[in-house]
Amino acid sequence: MAEKILMKGNEAIAHAAIRCGCDGYFGYPITPQSEVMETLMEEKPWETTGMVVLQAESETSSINMLYGGASCAKKVMTSSSSPGLSLMCEGLSYLAGAELPCLVVNVVRGGPGLGTIQPGQGDYFQACKGGGHGDYKMVVLAPSSAQEMYDFVDLAFELAFKYKTPAMILADGVVGQMMEKVEFRPMKPRWTNEEIIEKYPWATTGKTPDRKQNVITSLALDAAIHEKLNNTLQTKYKQMEAEDVRFESIKCDDAEHIIVAYGCMARICESTVEMARNAGIKLGLLRPITLFPFPSKEIDRLVPQLKTMMSVELSAGQMLEDVKLAVNGRIPVNFFGRLGGIVPSPEEVYEAFKKEIGK
Amino acid sequence: MKEEIIIAGFGGQGVLSMGKILAYSGIMQNQEVTWMPSYGPEMRGGTANVTVILSDKKISSPILSKFDTAIILNQQSLDKFEESVKPGGVLIFDPNGITRPPVRKDITVCSIAAVDISAELGNSKAYNMVVLGAYLKMKPIVTHENVMKGLKKSIPDRHHSLIPMNEKAIIAGKEKIVMINSI
Amino acid sequence: MDVKDIIKPENRVYAKTPVLTSTTMHYCPGCSHGTVHKLIAEVIEEMGIQDKTIGVSPVGCAVFAYNYLDIDWQQAAHGRAPAVATATKRLHPEKYVFTYQGDGDLASIGTAEIMHACNRGENIVVIFINNAIYGMTGGQMAPTTLIGMKTATSPYGRTVELHGNPLRITELLAQLDGTCYVTRQSVNTAVAARKTKKAIRKAFENSALKKGTSFVEVVSTCNSGWKLSPVKANEWMVENMFVKYPIGDIKDR
Repeated sequence: MAEKILMKGNEAIAHAAIRCGCDGYFGYPITPQSEVMETLMEEKPWETTGMVVLQAESETSSINMLYGGASCAKKVMTSSSSPGLSLMCEGLSYLAGAELPCLVVNVVRGGPGLGTIQPGQGDYFQACKGGGHGDYKMVVLAPSSAQEMYDFVDLAFELAFKYKTPAMILADGVVGQMMEKVEFRPMKPRWTNEEIIEKYPWATTGKTPDRKQNVITSLALDAAIHEKLNNTLQTKYKQMEAEDVRFESIKCDDAEHIIVAYGCMARICESTVEMARNAGIKLGLLRPITLFPFPSKEIDRLVPQLKTMMSVELSAGQMLEDVKLAVNGRIPVNFFGRLGGIVPSPEEVYEAFKKEIGK
Repeated sequence: MKEEIIIAGFGGQGVLSMGKILAYSGIMQNQEVTWMPSYGPEMRGGTANVTVILSDKKISSPILSKFDTAIILNQQSLDKFEESVKPGGVLIFDPNGITRPPVRKDITVCSIAAVDISAELGNSKAYNMVVLGAYLKMKPIVTHENVMKGLKKSIPDRHHSLIPMNEKAIIAGKEKIVMINSI
Repeated sequence: MDVKDIIKPENRVYAKTPVLTSTTMHYCPGCSHGTVHKLIAEVIEEMGIQDKTIGVSPVGCAVFAYNYLDIDWQQAAHGRAPAVATATKRLHPEKYVFTYQGDGDLASIGTAEIMHACNRGENIVVIFINNAIYGMTGGQMAPTTLIGMKTATSPYGRTVELHGNPLRITELLAQLDGTCYVTRQSVNTAVAARKTKKAIRKAFENSALKKGTSFVEVVSTCNSGWKLSPVKANEWMVENMFVKYPIGDIKDR
């Protein structure tokens, strides 16, 4: 068994990138995720795997560096926190429109504006509903432990290349800053240029005489052509919903009430579930791992056995809307959230839950 | 076994690294661990605290409102966290700079004069290891051998020459803890 | 004499480089873009680097450059081409990577990206088309628009008080340690076009020598935007643009 190392979620992201064959990291410092680039610079992967690490002049540049790298079908990534992600939304829209794979990590802090450097989950809408302009989605993975921070890097790249789409790891200040033990997975080598040319013939690797030129663009001035491109995107999103929904159920089998929570809040609510169970209340936890595609079908399946559902978030109620859509009015959907960087304790969530169900 | 600890004091007292060494010791003993700091500008001289959990089972919430043990290294932290110790729990504090000592009678209260002890050892930087030793005396949840392994893992190779000094500090902390309120 | 005899190889005095596609260009008659495209295509052919060249096109009239140069292209967001090219070049150090940008793209919305790519000394080539106007969106004022020049957004002429000063970004970039070659050329005459081609070739060669960023500004006409005939536009450029934007090498190390 591989050695287990104590590290922050942010550090785990960096080690996972090096070890899963990432070709390039481009980023800009921002709290609470700066350890990602700091760890990469400390590790100097350009001397071992050949991975490029570059501090860009802004998040705008970082995301456009990803556009260049992804155009070559290289495994490229960036990481940032909320205000930085706002700057990246333009680039994300272009990446989605040009059908390019890449990984963006958002270690979310409280907003809006400069907000706070304390944890938040207020970027759910931005991550899951677009953020940038146009009809696009990203694969959004929500880790709730340092090990998942590590494992989701590889998974995100796998999904990004499967669907030719930007993938996001939507973490939060707790998961990024918390240290836990992390087990490293076996090293994966970086793809060679020959492998890339064979696997991804669309990549801009230099036009050789045996093929037509490759052009990476999101532009189509002809409306009919552009609608076709849009339909291609929408088909991909449907396929994601059919094939790549991921979630974790904790004590849901006999549950009469279910809390839906992701990221750090799922960990906190797991303790709340233990408290409720100790008091004889049949409470379960549904933890969406993919926020897009959202586990709507699983919620739909659970609703008939339930009296209530409750969305618990570090926001004013964003995932709540997706829960409500899945429940579709059949049972009450309650909400508990804290804002501004405050993270509630399991007891606080439990009190809020009891109040909602009238106990 | 599940032990939920808050360590709180000033930035610069080694609060976070003490927590890290304790967490790493837990890993060496095959335990599940979490280490959750208060992070941000507080690191620069303000109050710093870290929640460490060691458990035989998977840990759910890394954020807690009640603790089995509170290790308190300044007055602000004492004021903030004395009430957070679970009844029957343990509070260890350094009396240096404390003007309003702990008042609770339903918990075990101990003091460790770590400033003085580390000064006597001739290394004020070993302050936090004296405190760690005091904690381990009260809660021997990890073996001394695993603590030493955790220490080795937590500090960079270039500082490994300092390990004997740190071990001495841990032992001194274990020896010099003072019981204030026993339940 | 039959036409077939006339086009015999031994009678040929000029042939279009195969790097230039046969697609009819969408540029207005008299526009400088077509000439610059041709020069880049010829340099790529002459250096034998068609399979090693990746272009990054801007937002602006040259957004469709990929329709005319038969190489691999990445179409960048407005102003971001230097960032896109930075990653492409770093991940493919053996390739020739160039950006092709207009004045709105490079000298307005993309100032941060061009400044930092040049300052890092990325081994890329930047072709900068300066025609002092936003062509594609319909002739609005650009950062390089001259004082007094009338555009859609400076209908009474650009003034310092209202609009600020024209930006000589090329001189700024020449001061950065990362640039190795910074030159300003034009394509208004055959001689000028030949000089520009030489400059482009040198820029591409520099990139292989890892000397830093090579930057070629081409002072250009936009006769549609300027509302002048192609001939008049050329005259106006010589009389006005060349005063503010003098032709010649600014830096060569």
